[in-house]
Amino acid sequence: MRKALRAWCWAIVALLPVLAWSTEPVLRGTGDLGVIIERSAGRVLIVNTSSNSIISRVDGLGDLSHASVVFSRDQRYAYVFGRDGGLSKVDILRGTLEKRIVQGGNSIGGAISQDGRLVAVANYEPGGLKVFAADTLEPVADIPAAYGDGKLSKVVGIADLPGDRFIYSLFDADQIWIADLHDPKSPKVEKFSNIGKAPYDGLVTPDSRYYLAGLFGEDGIALLDTWQPQQGVQRILASYGQGEEKLPVYKMPHLRGWAVAGHQVYLPAIGHHEVLVADTVTWKEAARIAVRGQPVFVVARPDGRQVWVNFAFPDNGFVQVIDTLTGQIVQTLEPGKAVLHLEFTPRGENVWVSARDDHKVLIYDTASFAKLAELPAESPSGIFFTSRAHRIGF
Amino acid sequence: MLSPERTRELIRMVRQDCGSCHGLTLRGGLGPALLPETLRDKPPAGLKHTILLGRPGTAMPPWQPFLSEAEADWIVAQLLRGFPEESK
Ligand code: HEC
Repeated sequence: MRKALRAWCWAIVALLPVLAWSTEPVLRGTGDLGVIIERSAGRVLIVNTSSNSIISRVDGLGDLSHASVVFSRDQRYAYVFGRDGGLSKVDILRGTLEKRIVQGGNSIGGAISQDGRLVAVANYEPGGLKVFAADTLEPVADIPAAYGDGKLSKVVGIADLPGDRFIYSLFDADQIWIADLHDPKSPKVEKFSNIGKAPYDGLVTPDSRYYLAGLFGEDGIALLDTWQPQQGVQRILASYGQGEEKLPVYKMPHLRGWAVAGHQVYLPAIGHHEVLVADTVTWKEAARIAVRGQPVFVVARPDGRQVWVNFAFPDNGFVQVIDTLTGQIVQTLEPGKAVLHLEFTPRGENVWVSARDDHKVLIYDTASFAKLAELPAESPSGIFFTSRAHRIGF
Repeated sequence: MLSPERTRELIRMVRQDCGSCHGLTLRGGLGPALLPETLRDKPPAGLKHTILLGRPGTAMPPWQPFLSEAEADWIVAQLLRGFPEESK
């Protein structure tokens, strides 16, 4: 009896802040918030990048291996794309799951349209693009990635383009498609064939002009000038790796992320311990930088002065930093076991790094490389800050 | 016999590192599903061969540098009966 009473008292004490909050909500913005995926738990953490803290947890999002996130333009909602085909809309302010649908069998990522009204999901199974209304998650369009005699290709490397268009690659069909959803009821699709063998991911430059698709099946990168699509797809960096033996790839690199710094783009060399640098005016190779392992994410700090790199298994305990002025590696960090992702705060003073097998997220100062904080998280993978809401290609 | 420690490592490796291509739930991703129902009709020796040596020309890499024959046999046997979950 006594015990029960004591439990009650504690429950009330524990609830006090909640009760206080619900009667008198604290007004705040969301520009310094973000979302971290806890991939095994089907949960996301809502975090604050000003106070370096976790502010809430949202459960019930399904299989989040390889999950990615885009944000509504008001930076209030996170759309989480799960591996199991789930599309979840999370209210960051309230810390609640507003809606979740299972829209396909197996998906890889998504994008949000320029006007913020459409969310597009790239699916492996059934291969194709599905488009939903951002407010209700009602289906709007379905564009199967059909090729050859009716086969469906896995879709990878999706990004938004101005004009409510989405650009993406067909892994099995060696194609790049641009879907124009300006009129969502009758989408128009422009297709580019024979772009190179097995595109595995893609990105658009920050001005949205160029789309780059990394190729798994052969050397080089497919490049499309979306301002002059009639010129077709061109092959760049085709000579990298020639004559060198390609190493087995234990994790596919990612091209998503801002890898453009100044007038150069930094790209993972698939199957090599190198970062490739290309000039974004001539699209010629500018340099190759030897790094610790096979790069997975190659991400520029928002000001472009540094590029941070993480690596595939078995070198996934390391992170290296390239100074873009000198092209030299200026720092090698060992944040923890299985570093899966990194994300810069909006203006780049800090970087957050997830160490999956150490179950923590580490926060570093990007000027001094000092560790500022560690947050506990269960098998953390992707880290996504709301500043992505206003960047093309995120 | 594998030590309990190594068994835990292998379960985590298959779920997480194989899972980056085959899905955490092994229901497929870039690589095909690795579930009892999809693997049942395939000879275990061939599956083991695929795991150790990879499949040239596809994205499946060789895991021989990280796995012994016995460990590959164990993974195949577990995949065929439904791969264990990671203990928390
Ligand atoms: C980089 C991506 C990648 C990783 C990592 C990977 N696989 Fe694969 N795997 C594939 C692909 C792609 C195929 C299909 C190859 C083909 O087209 O024949 C495959 C095929 C297989 C097959 C044959 C399935 C069948 O139906 O015949 C098995 C078994 C397998 N993988 C096991 C594993 C195991 C175990 C691991 C981890 C130790 C692993 N894979 C890690 C990409 C990967």
